[in-house]
Amino acid sequence: MKLRMVILATAAALAAASGGRALAADEVVIGDIDDMSGVYADVMGAAGVEVVRWAVADFGGTVLGKKITVLSADHQNKPDIGAAKFREWADQSGLNMLLGGSNTGVNIAMAKVAAAKKVPLFNIGPGGASLTNEDCTAYSVHYTYDTVALANGTATAIVNAGGKSWFYLTADYAFGTQLQAAASKVVEGHGGKNLGAVRVPLGAADFSSFLLQAQASGAQVLGLANAGTDFSNSLKAANEFGITKTMKPAALLAFITDINSLGLPAAQGLYLTTAWYWDLSPETRAFGKRFFAKFNREPTMDQAGAYSATLTYLKAVKAVGSTDPDKVMAELKKAKINDMFTKGGYIRADGAMIHDMYVMQVKTPKESKYPWDYYRLVKKMSGEEAFGPITGLCPLAPK
Amino acid sequence: MSDVFGIPVAVILGQLMLGLVNGSFYALLSLGLAVIFGLMGVVNFAHGAFYTLGAFAALLGLQLLGINYWVALVAAPLAVGLVGIVVERLLLRRLYRLDPLYGLLLTFGLALIAEGSLHQVFGATGESYPVPAALAGGVNLGFMFLPLYRAWVIAASVVVCFSTWFVIERTRLGATLRAATENASLLQAFGVNVPLLMSVTYGGGVALAALAGVLAAPVVLVNSHMGSSLVIVVFAVVVIGGMGSILGAIVSGLALGIIEGFTKVIYPEASNIVVFVIMALVLILRPAGLFGRE
Amino acid sequence: MRAQPVLYSLAVLFALAVPLLGIYPVFMMQLLCFAMFACAYNLLLGFGRMLSFGHAAFFGFAAYATGWLVSAHGWGPGFAILAGVAAAALLGLVIGALAIRRQGIYFAMITLALAQLVYFVCLEAPFTGGENGLQGIPRGTLFWLLPLHSDVVMYYVVLATFVAVFALIRRVVHSPFGQVLKAIRDNEPRAISLGYEINRYKLLAFVLSATLAGLAGSLKALVFGFVTLADVQQSTSGDVVLMTLLGGTGTFFGPVLGAGIVVTLQQYLSDVVGGWVTAIIGATFVACVLAFRRGIVGELTLLASRARRTLRPARG
Repeated sequence: MKLRMVILATAAALAAASGGRALAADEVVIGDIDDMSGVYADVMGAAGVEVVRWAVADFGGTVLGKKITVLSADHQNKPDIGAAKFREWADQSGLNMLLGGSNTGVNIAMAKVAAAKKVPLFNIGPGGASLTNEDCTAYSVHYTYDTVALANGTATAIVNAGGKSWFYLTADYAFGTQLQAAASKVVEGHGGKNLGAVRVPLGAADFSSFLLQAQASGAQVLGLANAGTDFSNSLKAANEFGITKTMKPAALLAFITDINSLGLPAAQGLYLTTAWYWDLSPETRAFGKRFFAKFNREPTMDQAGAYSATLTYLKAVKAVGSTDPDKVMAELKKAKINDMFTKGGYIRADGAMIHDMYVMQVKTPKESKYPWDYYRLVKKMSGEEAFGPITGLCPLAPK
Repeated sequence: MSDVFGIPVAVILGQLMLGLVNGSFYALLSLGLAVIFGLMGVVNFAHGAFYTLGAFAALLGLQLLGINYWVALVAAPLAVGLVGIVVERLLLRRLYRLDPLYGLLLTFGLALIAEGSLHQVFGATGESYPVPAALAGGVNLGFMFLPLYRAWVIAASVVVCFSTWFVIERTRLGATLRAATENASLLQAFGVNVPLLMSVTYGGGVALAALAGVLAAPVVLVNSHMGSSLVIVVFAVVVIGGMGSILGAIVSGLALGIIEGFTKVIYPEASNIVVFVIMALVLILRPAGLFGRE
Repeated sequence: MRAQPVLYSLAVLFALAVPLLGIYPVFMMQLLCFAMFACAYNLLLGFGRMLSFGHAAFFGFAAYATGWLVSAHGWGPGFAILAGVAAAALLGLVIGALAIRRQGIYFAMITLALAQLVYFVCLEAPFTGGENGLQGIPRGTLFWLLPLHSDVVMYYVVLATFVAVFALIRRVVHSPFGQVLKAIRDNEPRAISLGYEINRYKLLAFVLSATLAGLAGSLKALVFGFVTLADVQQSTSGDVVLMTLLGGTGTFFGPVLGAGIVVTLQQYLSDVVGGWVTAIIGATFVACVLAFRRGIVGELTLLASRARRTLRPARG
């Protein structure tokens, strides 16, 4: 009696769940799987889906005479949800291209699906350089930034400006240690010295103890090899304890949203590297204005990257006259990318999109003339300098 | 004399100080938990969420109404305490006759609702709450630079903790409260309004969490996740101190802050787990907790 | 309850036919893994009345162990699963021995705290791949015989394991051991006065539950080919509590249904409501606790037996 009802209910739920959309050949389907509700939701998130829709609309809404559809899903920072959604869209919704949002772990899981299902995957939000090294696939494009480029940018600029001795505050997990390793290499390569590091557990409530250790090292530069709330809280405490008076803080990954929530009094003087900034050129300002009108804040580099990646993909489809993944990938690796995100960017054999990166310094409250006037350009780095040479770890791209 | 086990004395003193700051938060939070548990038998899983609410109340008060820090220090706990009373009246009250596990599950659900909603409304990144002008800057203690605000946190929480302890253990009101836990129906027969007492207790415990939230607001980024990881540590603190023991909660809160501080110097990677390891040890040696009764 | 065997056969038939019905096998495997996890959990909560708030520790730890042995040491899936299960059992023994020193809510808080410890170990240990997790774990060939690459083959392996676990749990609950466990649940002092060494029974139940949770985790690692921190974190522990509570604690089919609902919700609800999923899950918790503490299956059973009671005299 009870079981029958239960089984019927389960079956109905399953049928509803698995039914999905019929495979449609008369449309081009673009998906966006990102953290829409967790800690990274502000970096790309729902606003990221909106800019993808803008890109589609700006492209004309159709390609090869087919309507362009945009799907989006929340991976909740769980790789199984992200990978399962991707698989399902590939199998049942006729997905042609996927944009991967924040979280390197989820993106690696999705890269495996991309390889198996032959669906081009644009990794927009993750930083992990492994996506173009040991985890690379023939269908992956790492679009916006990676840990190597961030470390190259910030560390080179600071060492050249005289910040020779470094101490790191490192988030104690793979991402943090990768960032620290990349930065250390750059510092040494430019004649600087690494005086040590303290590994801070992820999500620590209090950073002051670690900061006192950093101060005791006597280093000139405080390298913050962490991200998100950890980054903001550690910089905040560094200010409070007067550590920024004796040490120069360097962010190895910071988004403009982090700077905004910290506020300029706490963030001023900070060095960081970004792939894009809204106040660089008339084009970027136009995009910023459009974004601001809708969301009341300026876009992050990831949001700009998502817009650009969508256009790049659609242009490639148009150029080859087909959505065949192999043809499109071949075209993508041939074409130059020119839009408001980058000038002369190109996709390398290992899948890294090579483009200029910008080393910035956060303005003082006095220097900041208008809302979101946060960065002063320190140095524009060429893509080759920022992303470094091909490592040979990706089988597709021998050294 | 300048080194102890290879660690400079200055560093040790510095960490002792910082450990006290963190211990103050642990003490305030575990005190609220202990009050609620000791007097009502409810494990308040939503304690971290109320802490977060306290910080948000201060932040929103400042941004929308221009309420300054000193007013928020009183107003935010009051407002959150009122929310707590509503929760107790409408929801928790229905569960008193049941297994206490249901109270735990209910407050767990409430915590998810509060955190999920705050996240949706205010986003993930969080915002800064400025340090009040009177407490800006710091003093050089010789061995370290101590921000005035941190010193204030220690002072405020120690005063609040021990006054709470005094009220519950040494006053008539406290005696009534304790009597209610021993035998509620008898007390009711003496004409005491026990249900009201319960509401006030829950509201009070929750207000303590909110006060901790306001105190923390200028130190950390105010965001929806700030309480969720903290509450698990505080649970461990309460288990170590002995569930329901007011003094145990205060003392072990402060002590664990200090121990955690030293771990950060000696072996930083373990600083996240040291509290749990101590909890395991206490459970083996003294299952009722350091200050608890079987 | 004569209808039961028929219904179980129907359920199994349906499950066998899943790949033919065009239902997504990966989704079904995920569902079965979580259903197995919830059933294992129910053994503890439903039949032993021990509310563990840290069961993801066993699920995730076993998954890491299996994944690591397969990807870093080239073990076959069969032995790697067995090793993962053994790891979970061992962890269950340690955590269980500590946790059963206290009862009720203390028990819940202790399991929560110890699971957090396991989480931090998994976050920082060198073999877990940190926040990226272990990725690209090959499914391999089961005991040199059965290649698991195809989703359909893997699905039947998972299904067979699930059926075995489900049957085992039924068997355990109806065994003398299960009866003693229920006696302890219903009245601990009485069980003590009857001369039972209740701590031994509780520990055994805890270890058994942890072991089966580990089996679910190990299988999931192979199904998806990766293990990440999401598998050990506290929200996963919360999810399994919700699955069991929602479906019906202490019923056999309840956790299966609960797992089905929660997994489906997490997968598809966010498409509809966006970021409100967490709040909705929280609200479901509150509703379960306030309105239907017996869970869906429990409440339906109650309704059915009431209906039968009122109908019978009418029928004469």
